[in-house]
Amino acid sequence: MKHTISVLVENKFGVLARVAGLFSARGYNISSLAVSETLDAGVSYMTLVVEARDEDVLEQIKKQLNKLIDVLTVTDFTKKEHVDRELILVKLKSPGIKEKEKLEKLLRKYVAKIVQHKNDTAIIEAVAEQAQIKELLEALEPFGVKELVRTGRVAMAY
Amino acid sequence: MTGAQILIESLKREGVTVMFGYPGGSVLPIFDKLYDADIKFILTRHEQGAAHAADGYARATGKAGVCLATSGPGATNLVTGIANAYMDSIPLIAITGQVKTFLIGNDAFQEADVTGITRPITKHNYLVKDANELARVIREAFYIATSGRPGPVVIDVPVDVQQQDVEFIWPETVEIKSYKPTLFGHPGQIKKCVKLITAAKKPLIYAGGGIITSGAHQELKEFAEKIHAPVTTTLMGLGGFPETHELSLRMLGMHGTAFANHAIMEADLIIAVGARFDDRVTGRLDAFAPHAKVIHIDVDPSSISKNVKVNIPIVGDAKNVLGQILEEIKKAPDTSAWLETIDSWKKKYPLTYKEAGKIKPQYVIEQIYELTKGEALITTEVGQNQMWACQWYKYTHPRTFISSGGLGTMGFGFPAAMGAKLGCPERVVFDIAGDGSIQMNIQELATCVCNKINVKVAILNNGYLGMVRQWQELFYKKRYSHTCISGPDFVKLAESYGAAGIRATKKEEVRPAIEKALAIDNTVLIDFHIEPEENVYPMVPAGEAINRMIGGMA
Repeated sequence: MKHTISVLVENKFGVLARVAGLFSARGYNISSLAVSETLDAGVSYMTLVVEARDEDVLEQIKKQLNKLIDVLTVTDFTKKEHVDRELILVKLKSPGIKEKEKLEKLLRKYVAKIVQHKNDTAIIEAVAEQAQIKELLEALEPFGVKELVRTGRVAMAY
Repeated sequence: MTGAQILIESLKREGVTVMFGYPGGSVLPIFDKLYDADIKFILTRHEQGAAHAADGYARATGKAGVCLATSGPGATNLVTGIANAYMDSIPLIAITGQVKTFLIGNDAFQEADVTGITRPITKHNYLVKDANELARVIREAFYIATSGRPGPVVIDVPVDVQQQDVEFIWPETVEIKSYKPTLFGHPGQIKKCVKLITAAKKPLIYAGGGIITSGAHQELKEFAEKIHAPVTTTLMGLGGFPETHELSLRMLGMHGTAFANHAIMEADLIIAVGARFDDRVTGRLDAFAPHAKVIHIDVDPSSISKNVKVNIPIVGDAKNVLGQILEEIKKAPDTSAWLETIDSWKKKYPLTYKEAGKIKPQYVIEQIYELTKGEALITTEVGQNQMWACQWYKYTHPRTFISSGGLGTMGFGFPAAMGAKLGCPERVVFDIAGDGSIQMNIQELATCVCNKINVKVAILNNGYLGMVRQWQELFYKKRYSHTCISGPDFVKLAESYGAAGIRATKKEEVRPAIEKALAIDNTVLIDFHIEPEENVYPMVPAGEAINRMIGGMA
């Protein structure tokens, strides 16, 4: 099962390697990882989506993260009210007139938009939560997806 | 002050009086300052020896051990020693030189990414890019290494930082906002734990290295006596509870006593203190302690419920938490029937071996025990020698048994003995070795002789890598693939280094050899030619339940 965890860390040399290294050394899987500075430049915020086969593994992941000296706090969103989002960029073959109407309707539904349209290619941007991203990607399939880039999930608790 | 001066001054302020290491291009400024610093510097003959010696010093004294090596190969040679300290939670400070800051990442001469290499085997590590940070980093490093669950910390210092001239500011306090170990148990958990203890009929205390680390041996004894519970220790916990005590079940696990392993299987309550349910202890996990509820006291929350499901977790320092429990406990459980059962196991399944023509290794260790009156500080290598040293010497004081537990590092015992002797010069220090292991760091004979470090080495020489051979005998149809190993003439070798060498090939020669070794004021190698195919029993085959022991049962 996938779980979203956020980790506040000291913004120090090598801290990303410590977190990533912990996962590889202990055989845990990271599905996605997003890192950035916070309001406090000395602190970074990481959102991790991890795969854990059961509660015990998830517990261990949290404990091991907490054990890293540079980790300030670990928050597990599994049972916590929160907002999470992911941004995706999708490259499509340029749609014909008829298809374009269909595409625009679809994009309106998912609050997505065409951010660039050149020659025979269009790049679409969407920001949504996981389930919607999944739906949107399925719906875009018939339009001929050429490339996909995702930021990975970011999450924030109330 | 230069970075090098700050480094030495900071080490002195941390109370460092001895350090181990090896010079090289990237640590020249530090060595120049060491030339007239009042820190005793022990030049080992290999950096691995320095790391193990610092580790042995730390285990014997409870203080942080310090080693120093140059960049690149110097640092990578420390790596085994650092990993060893990490697995056994030993406070070790490893200082490494690094190429100049502007050359880092350039594949410069003798460059290695030391913080990268040591990240998974240290509690924390630092690359210091500015001498202004050096004093604070050293202060933090000692604090991190010695507090909570201790562990090694690496400080990588580029050579230009060692030369950089800055003002020396010693931070009076250490404040790391992201590191605050929990040292006292939660009162609610203590209450729950006392309730379980009072209701238990067959309680068993399973004590590990945490007892030694936190200095909880006195509290452990009081606790066991108060609740009338037997105590078994892990390899790392040996000496944490006197093995001569009537409540002692000695060591448990793969080569533990039958009575300790039976007790685990029958207990209705296991109180684990500073132990981590290692696979060498638990055997097959799903068959481990089937009738027991488990209380687990550990300063490292990630050790709790990692391998074995725990009913009552208590995060805290062993000494503090045992103290809290002792205060809370009013009524002792009635364990008389349980203790009787255990006594019957002790009588039925004592540790035993058969006398035969050649020297028996067990006999050698028994004689060392007798002749040192159980007061020696024993270090071991890894393999059969180590297990026999666990079984046939009785440990009664903490910090008297020093052995590579988690990593299982051959070649550890001799340099560790060296470090231990420097930490405890008044004690007799004996390394129990095999002929395979001793050859892994034999070069430290020169260090011992040169610095007059009077340690004794008992080589249990069977011409084999004995423990691997034992597994080949039992599980690989006696196909002794590359486990028959030759060695030098150890007596001549010792003499060529300026140490003393003694050989014993018959049982009658064992006692006189040990007596002679103890009387010589020098490093002594004793080459005991033992029964070549003697096995360590009892033994729980890997992956079996821990009461499924083979061999050595009366």
